[in-house]
Amino acid sequence: MAQEDSNIIDQPEVIRHKMVTVEIAGKKYDVPEGITIIKALWYSGQEVVRGAGCLGGFCGACAAYYRTKDDPKVRTCLACQMAVQDGMSITMMPPFPARKATYDIQALTDPKQDLFNLYPEAPLCRNCNACTEACPQQIDVREGVWKAVFGDFKSVSEMFMDCVMCGMCTPVCIADIAPNLVALYVSRAQGAHFTEKPVGLDTRIKEIQDGRFNDEWAAILKMTEKELADHCATVK
Amino acid sequence: MDIHALQQIVHHTRDARRQQALPKFSPADRDQLIHKYHPDYRERAYRPIRFGINEGDKTVVELAALLEGDSPIADEFDLTADYTTDVLVVGGGGAGCAAALHAHAAGAKVILATKLRLGDSNSVMAQGGMQISVAPEDSPVTHFVDTLKGGHMQNDHQLLKVMVEEGPSIAKWLLSLGVLFDRDGDGNLHVKKGGGSSKPRLLTCSDYTGLEIMRVLKDEVLNQKIQLLEFCAAIELTSDEKGACTGAIFKDLDNQRHVVVAAKSVILATGGIGRLHIQGFPTSNHYGATGDGLCLAYRMGAKLTQIDTFQYHPSGAVYPEQLIGALVTEGIRSEGGHLVNAKGERFVNELDTRDVVSSSIIRECEEGRGIRTMSGRIGVWLDTPLLDAEHGPGTVEKHFPAMMLQFERFGIDISKDPVLIYPTLHYQNGGVKIDANSETNVTNLFVAGEASGGLHGRNRLMGNSLLDLMVFGKRSGMTAAVRAAAMPQGKVTVGHLRGFRAEAKKHGSTNGIVSPMILPPYTRKES
Repeated sequence: MAQEDSNIIDQPEVIRHKMVTVEIAGKKYDVPEGITIIKALWYSGQEVVRGAGCLGGFCGACAAYYRTKDDPKVRTCLACQMAVQDGMSITMMPPFPARKATYDIQALTDPKQDLFNLYPEAPLCRNCNACTEACPQQIDVREGVWKAVFGDFKSVSEMFMDCVMCGMCTPVCIADIAPNLVALYVSRAQGAHFTEKPVGLDTRIKEIQDGRFNDEWAAILKMTEKELADHCATVK
Repeated sequence: MDIHALQQIVHHTRDARRQQALPKFSPADRDQLIHKYHPDYRERAYRPIRFGINEGDKTVVELAALLEGDSPIADEFDLTADYTTDVLVVGGGGAGCAAALHAHAAGAKVILATKLRLGDSNSVMAQGGMQISVAPEDSPVTHFVDTLKGGHMQNDHQLLKVMVEEGPSIAKWLLSLGVLFDRDGDGNLHVKKGGGSSKPRLLTCSDYTGLEIMRVLKDEVLNQKIQLLEFCAAIELTSDEKGACTGAIFKDLDNQRHVVVAAKSVILATGGIGRLHIQGFPTSNHYGATGDGLCLAYRMGAKLTQIDTFQYHPSGAVYPEQLIGALVTEGIRSEGGHLVNAKGERFVNELDTRDVVSSSIIRECEEGRGIRTMSGRIGVWLDTPLLDAEHGPGTVEKHFPAMMLQFERFGIDISKDPVLIYPTLHYQNGGVKIDANSETNVTNLFVAGEASGGLHGRNRLMGNSLLDLMVFGKRSGMTAAVRAAAMPQGKVTVGHLRGFRAEAKKHGSTNGIVSPMILPPYTRKES
């Protein structure tokens, strides 16, 4: 493999293989600096079943708490997305028994009012802002809960598009609100009840039902392999 | 050298590259490129399967070993059922949720079992979008043709026609559940152009399409009170005296106990094989992508198809170390992002199919025009700042919030600096052979989603996976539910294992491997 030596990215932290000491659930382990928390769990010999999912920062399975050296502040993260550093203390978040309301999303007649029946605790937010501080996705959760209560479902659905449902906003809530579940309800209601119906989609469904493409299908499906390949080559 | 110093060439050549139009390869050049550089054509990575219904067919060595592996269940295992149901869905990703919801809606009693949590899957990570021909200038026929071209003409026509024709009704279903697809000013669904497609056809929810769909489907599964068995890994299927599928045996990963579920039909929605790291590739796949469903189906005698072809997504992150293998969405290229080698040159039309783009990246790197990291990785640049230059400041942040955040965590601003990428193992193009109702050649055994094969040919087109999951999840669920209403529960045995073990013995398979793998062996043993 020819390669000009000038095209090499320097990564001193990688070549040095520096080891750091981290505390996982109260026990100290030496692990390579810079690996993710999930990889540190594997490295320290732990079998991970609960606490790992997509490994891409989308599923929220690996919600974790961590604290850096000498800092009293306990922070939250997704363990598959956070690199370890020396002196870090880490613990995985256990499953939290939040209450999810159940509902028939299509049968709702007044979704903005129904919010108060499904999640009567939602308007009890005391503005402590702990949920916002707990969000590893940097969503302004507190603001979202208020907007939900005030009926601004559209803003909530936009704000929570980043939500991975890790649920870290829930254990910290002094009013026992599960903000991620409230936001999910609100977003679904926004989509199902307050968003325009796309006319073009209905037109296309009807076209298919009415057999508008039948002749084209018939022509294509009776082609020989060669004819089909030639036809495909004409579509650019 | 410092990464910023190396990135300068991308910034310096940007304006010149913007003037440049790069044609797609001719079919002949394309074939030549793929044969020379695509990992599917590395002979030594493959071997024939020694026994079973696909005896003699070639697949990657990692998968062949698992397919020939022994079952963890002994012949005399106690098969008293812990649960009985009409439809048993194995897998909690997009296909599993869609199958469970449709079977439930059709009146069947449904159990959904998954080895991780409901929704922990690849589906949740799908960023690029979902191909559905809703635009007036587009049609299901054009969608069919594009997919066929992408799949090298090897797609199952019947499956493909079903998928493209049912797409629009799937969009309507998802909208009715509250999925927030991006819209145009007039309220119509916004469509983006995807790699290998002749028309804009990708429905998106910014770069969180899979997450948004999965949030809604998971919530709906819970609202419908479908019975869940989470952290339960399927380790064997059960069969009656005629070989029809009658249920499955699970291992509860919390307490290591076995759980037997008797079911009139089983739908395997177990996804792909990325975590087997075939040919040593990093992967974009989720933790549980270990091909379990393929092993279970194969022991039952279900035929596999096109299991010699895999998709290597062109843009897996190479830097920083923490993100290796993680996906950089194709959306970046859809919106005009260039691929740039160490000399500051483009080398492929970025919107060509995934296999072509991946092959060309591998070519650049093998011919010395790649950029290396000190950890021994190699890659090419993806010019992300170009999007802001082209469409105005803030474009990257607005259209790709997930990706911005992912790199921001490591101090990288992708709207200012390009990212280094290399192909990553992404998708299993083939799988268990199914018919248009998603059923295998084993009676009452259905397979939906990535675990199934035939639909995508030898290369899946971007955005077709989410649609595949929804369409065949639905068809399997509805077919299984209707059938369950008119049949008794079959006998629950592991009779099929006798035949499988006899064949293994005859072919001298004593490799000692027990499959399925369940989870990849990442835990470091004592050194």
